[in-house]
Amino acid sequence: MKDKVGIVIVSHSIDVARGTADMVRQMVGDTVPLAYCGGNPEGGLGTDVAKILKAIDEAWSDKGVAILVDLGGAETNSEMAVELLDAGRQGKVVICNAPIVEGAVMAATEASGGGSLEDVRRTAEELSPQ
Amino acid sequence: MTDWTSSSVVIRHKVGLHARPSVKLTQLAKTFAATVQIAGTPEGPWIDAKSIVKVMAMKAKQDSTLYLRASGGDAAAAVTALAGLVERDFDEDRAHAASG
Repeated sequence: MKDKVGIVIVSHSIDVARGTADMVRQMVGDTVPLAYCGGNPEGGLGTDVAKILKAIDEAWSDKGVAILVDLGGAETNSEMAVELLDAGRQGKVVICNAPIVEGAVMAATEASGGGSLEDVRRTAEELSPQ
Repeated sequence: MTDWTSSSVVIRHKVGLHARPSVKLTQLAKTFAATVQIAGTPEGPWIDAKSIVKVMAMKAKQDSTLYLRASGGDAAAAVTALAGLVERDFDEDRAHAASG
Protein backbone atom coordinates (compact mmCIF):
# COMPACT_ATOMS: atom_id res chain seq x y z
CA MET A 1 0.00 0.00 0.00
CA LYS A 2 2.95 2.30 0.61
CA ASP A 3 3.81 2.29 -3.08
CA LYS A 4 0.84 4.58 -3.70
CA VAL A 5 0.54 8.29 -2.90
CA GLY A 6 -1.35 8.81 0.37
CA ILE A 7 -4.46 10.98 0.71
CA VAL A 8 -5.32 13.14 3.73
CA ILE A 9 -8.73 14.78 4.13
CA VAL A 10 -8.95 17.87 6.37
CA SER A 11 -12.38 19.35 7.03
CA HIS A 12 -13.77 21.71 9.67
CA SER A 13 -16.30 18.97 10.36
CA ILE A 14 -15.33 15.46 11.40
CA ASP A 15 -18.55 14.23 9.78
CA VAL A 16 -17.63 15.75 6.43
CA ALA A 17 -14.11 14.34 6.72
CA ARG A 18 -15.37 10.85 7.60
CA GLY A 19 -18.04 10.93 4.89
CA THR A 20 -15.51 11.98 2.28
CA ALA A 21 -13.18 9.17 3.37
CA ASP A 22 -16.11 6.72 3.12
CA MET A 23 -16.74 7.82 -0.47
CA VAL A 24 -13.08 7.33 -1.36
CA ARG A 25 -13.01 3.85 0.18
CA GLN A 26 -16.23 2.77 -1.53
CA MET A 27 -15.48 4.22 -4.94
CA VAL A 28 -11.75 3.77 -5.22
CA GLY A 29 -11.07 0.86 -2.87
CA ASP A 30 -8.51 0.32 -0.15
CA THR A 31 -5.26 0.26 -2.11
CA VAL A 32 -4.44 3.88 -1.27
CA PRO A 33 -3.22 5.06 2.17
CA LEU A 34 -5.99 7.30 3.48
CA ALA A 35 -6.52 9.32 6.67
CA TYR A 36 -8.90 12.08 7.67
CA CYS A 37 -9.38 14.58 10.47
CA GLY A 38 -11.79 17.34 11.39
CA GLY A 39 -12.88 19.49 14.27
CA ASN A 40 -10.96 21.59 16.77
CA PRO A 41 -9.36 20.14 19.93
CA GLU A 42 -12.57 20.87 21.87
CA GLY A 43 -14.63 18.78 19.48
CA GLY A 44 -16.35 21.69 17.77
CA LEU A 45 -16.07 22.79 14.17
CA GLY A 46 -12.57 23.76 13.15
CA THR A 47 -9.22 22.24 12.33
CA ASP A 48 -6.23 21.34 14.46
CA VAL A 49 -2.56 21.23 13.47
CA ALA A 50 -1.86 18.25 15.77
CA LYS A 51 -4.69 16.21 14.23
CA ILE A 52 -3.50 17.09 10.74
CA LEU A 53 0.04 15.96 11.60
CA LYS A 54 -1.31 12.68 12.93
CA ALA A 55 -3.35 12.13 9.76
CA ILE A 56 -0.29 12.84 7.56
CA ASP A 57 1.59 10.25 9.59
CA GLU A 58 -1.17 7.66 9.19
CA ALA A 59 -1.39 8.12 5.43
CA TRP A 60 2.36 8.43 4.96
CA SER A 61 3.86 6.97 1.83
CA ASP A 62 7.34 7.36 0.41
CA LYS A 63 5.64 8.50 -2.79
CA GLY A 64 4.19 11.44 -0.87
CA VAL A 65 0.92 12.64 0.56
CA ALA A 66 -1.74 14.85 -1.05
CA ILE A 67 -3.96 16.85 1.32
CA LEU A 68 -7.51 17.88 0.44
CA VAL A 69 -8.98 20.72 2.51
CA ASP A 70 -12.28 22.55 2.74
CA LEU A 71 -12.23 26.20 3.85
CA GLY A 72 -9.66 28.82 4.96
CA GLY A 73 -8.40 27.50 8.29
CA ALA A 74 -8.14 23.97 6.98
CA GLU A 75 -5.66 25.22 4.42
CA THR A 76 -3.62 27.47 6.72
CA ASN A 77 -3.46 24.83 9.46
CA SER A 78 -2.44 22.23 6.88
CA GLU A 79 0.34 24.54 5.69
CA MET A 80 1.43 24.92 9.30
CA ALA A 81 1.42 21.15 9.78
CA VAL A 82 3.56 20.69 6.67
CA GLU A 83 6.05 23.25 8.02
CA LEU A 84 6.37 21.20 11.20
CA LEU A 85 7.34 18.02 9.32
CA ASP A 86 10.96 16.87 9.03
CA ALA A 87 12.77 18.59 6.20
CA GLY A 88 12.89 15.28 4.34
CA ARG A 89 9.12 14.90 4.44
CA GLN A 90 8.14 18.49 3.70
CA GLY A 91 8.90 18.20 0.00
CA LYS A 92 6.68 15.14 -0.27
CA VAL A 93 3.44 16.75 0.89
CA VAL A 94 1.20 18.93 -1.26
CA ILE A 95 -2.06 20.72 -0.49
CA CYS A 96 -4.43 20.45 -3.45
CA ASN A 97 -6.40 23.42 -4.67
CA ALA A 98 -9.54 21.39 -5.31
CA PRO A 99 -13.02 20.79 -3.89
CA ILE A 100 -12.65 18.42 -0.94
CA VAL A 101 -15.05 15.61 -1.85
CA GLU A 102 -14.57 15.50 -5.61
CA GLY A 103 -10.86 16.22 -5.28
CA ALA A 104 -10.36 13.38 -2.81
CA VAL A 105 -12.07 10.84 -5.11
CA MET A 106 -10.16 12.05 -8.18
CA ALA A 107 -6.83 12.20 -6.33
CA ALA A 108 -7.31 8.73 -4.86
CA THR A 109 -8.24 7.29 -8.26
CA GLU A 110 -5.04 8.69 -9.74
CA ALA A 111 -3.04 7.46 -6.74
CA SER A 112 -4.56 3.96 -7.01
CA GLY A 113 -3.21 3.69 -10.55
CA GLY A 114 0.30 4.36 -9.29
CA GLY A 115 0.50 8.03 -10.28
CA SER A 116 3.19 10.31 -8.86
CA LEU A 117 2.44 13.00 -6.28
CA GLU A 118 2.45 15.60 -9.06
CA ASP A 119 0.04 13.46 -11.16
CA VAL A 120 -2.27 13.16 -8.17
CA ARG A 121 -2.28 16.87 -7.49
CA ARG A 122 -2.80 17.71 -11.16
CA THR A 123 -5.75 15.32 -11.37
CA ALA A 124 -7.44 16.82 -8.32
CA GLU A 125 -6.82 20.36 -9.54
CA GLU A 126 -8.04 19.59 -13.05
CA LEU A 127 -11.51 19.96 -11.54
CA SER A 128 -11.07 23.57 -10.53
CA PRO A 129 -11.66 26.47 -12.89
CA GLN A 130 -8.26 27.67 -14.11
CA MET B 1 -0.64 7.37 -38.54
CA THR B 2 -1.36 5.60 -35.27
CA ASP B 3 -2.38 1.97 -35.46
CA TRP B 4 -5.48 1.53 -33.29
CA THR B 5 -7.18 -1.56 -31.96
CA SER B 6 -10.86 -0.67 -31.62
CA SER B 7 -14.08 -1.95 -30.18
CA SER B 8 -17.45 -0.66 -29.07
CA VAL B 9 -19.83 -1.68 -26.34
CA VAL B 10 -23.25 -0.57 -25.16
CA ILE B 11 -23.40 0.78 -21.63
CA ARG B 12 -26.18 -1.06 -19.80
CA HIS B 13 -25.43 0.29 -16.36
CA LYS B 14 -28.54 1.99 -15.00
CA VAL B 15 -26.90 5.32 -14.35
CA GLY B 16 -24.42 5.17 -17.24
CA LEU B 17 -20.78 6.07 -16.87
CA HIS B 18 -21.12 7.91 -13.56
CA ALA B 19 -18.75 8.22 -10.65
CA ARG B 20 -18.19 4.64 -9.56
CA PRO B 21 -18.11 3.06 -13.04
CA SER B 22 -15.80 5.87 -14.21
CA VAL B 23 -13.36 5.13 -11.42
CA LYS B 24 -13.33 1.42 -12.30
CA LEU B 25 -12.84 2.08 -16.00
CA THR B 26 -9.98 4.50 -15.31
CA GLN B 27 -8.30 2.17 -12.84
CA LEU B 28 -8.44 -0.70 -15.32
CA ALA B 29 -7.16 1.48 -18.19
CA LYS B 30 -4.18 2.50 -16.06
CA THR B 31 -3.07 -1.12 -15.72
CA PHE B 32 -2.12 -1.15 -19.43
CA ALA B 33 0.91 0.47 -20.98
CA ALA B 34 -1.02 1.21 -24.19
CA THR B 35 -2.60 4.57 -24.96
CA VAL B 36 -6.31 3.97 -24.31
CA GLN B 37 -9.05 6.31 -25.48
CA ILE B 38 -12.83 6.34 -25.37
CA ALA B 39 -15.49 8.30 -27.22
CA GLY B 40 -19.25 8.60 -27.51
CA THR B 41 -19.21 8.47 -31.31
CA PRO B 42 -16.94 6.63 -33.80
CA GLU B 43 -15.67 10.03 -34.96
CA GLY B 44 -14.65 11.14 -31.47
CA PRO B 45 -13.72 13.40 -29.79
CA TRP B 46 -11.45 10.78 -28.22
CA ILE B 47 -10.51 11.25 -24.60
CA ASP B 48 -7.84 9.64 -22.44
CA ALA B 49 -9.42 6.67 -20.64
CA LYS B 50 -6.75 6.98 -17.93
CA SER B 51 -7.94 10.46 -16.93
CA ILE B 52 -10.64 10.15 -14.27
CA VAL B 53 -11.65 13.80 -14.64
CA LYS B 54 -12.16 13.50 -18.41
CA VAL B 55 -13.93 10.14 -18.20
CA MET B 56 -16.35 11.44 -15.59
CA ALA B 57 -16.94 14.63 -17.57
CA MET B 58 -18.09 12.53 -20.55
CA LYS B 59 -21.30 11.63 -18.71
CA ALA B 60 -21.97 8.68 -21.01
CA LYS B 61 -25.56 7.57 -20.44
CA GLN B 62 -27.31 4.24 -20.13
CA ASP B 63 -27.88 2.52 -23.50
CA SER B 64 -25.36 4.74 -25.23
CA THR B 65 -22.49 3.14 -27.11
CA LEU B 66 -18.98 3.55 -25.81
CA TYR B 67 -16.24 3.43 -28.44
CA LEU B 68 -12.87 2.17 -27.31
CA ARG B 69 -9.50 2.26 -29.00
CA ALA B 70 -5.96 1.55 -27.91
CA SER B 71 -2.50 1.74 -29.34
CA GLY B 72 0.70 0.16 -28.08
CA GLY B 73 2.08 -3.22 -27.04
CA ASP B 74 -0.87 -4.42 -24.98
CA ALA B 75 -3.55 -2.55 -26.95
CA ALA B 76 -5.61 -5.64 -27.83
CA ALA B 77 -5.67 -6.82 -24.22
CA ALA B 78 -6.63 -3.32 -23.03
CA VAL B 79 -9.58 -3.06 -25.44
CA THR B 80 -10.79 -6.55 -24.56
CA ALA B 81 -10.52 -5.90 -20.82
CA LEU B 82 -12.29 -2.54 -20.91
CA ALA B 83 -15.10 -3.77 -23.17
CA GLY B 84 -15.48 -6.73 -20.80
CA LEU B 85 -15.77 -4.47 -17.77
CA VAL B 86 -18.55 -2.46 -19.41
CA GLU B 87 -20.33 -5.65 -20.57
CA ARG B 88 -20.21 -7.04 -17.06
CA ASP B 89 -21.90 -3.86 -15.85
CA PHE B 90 -18.70 -2.77 -14.09
CA ASP B 91 -18.81 -5.82 -11.80
CA GLU B 92 -21.20 -4.01 -9.50
CA ASP B 93 -23.32 -7.05 -8.66
CA ARG B 94 -20.20 -8.89 -7.66
CA ALA B 95 -19.03 -5.95 -5.55
CA HIS B 96 -22.39 -5.80 -3.83
CA ALA B 97 -22.35 -9.53 -3.19
CA ALA B 98 -18.86 -9.26 -1.73
CA SER B 99 -19.86 -6.44 0.59
CA GLY B 100 -22.89 -8.45 1.67
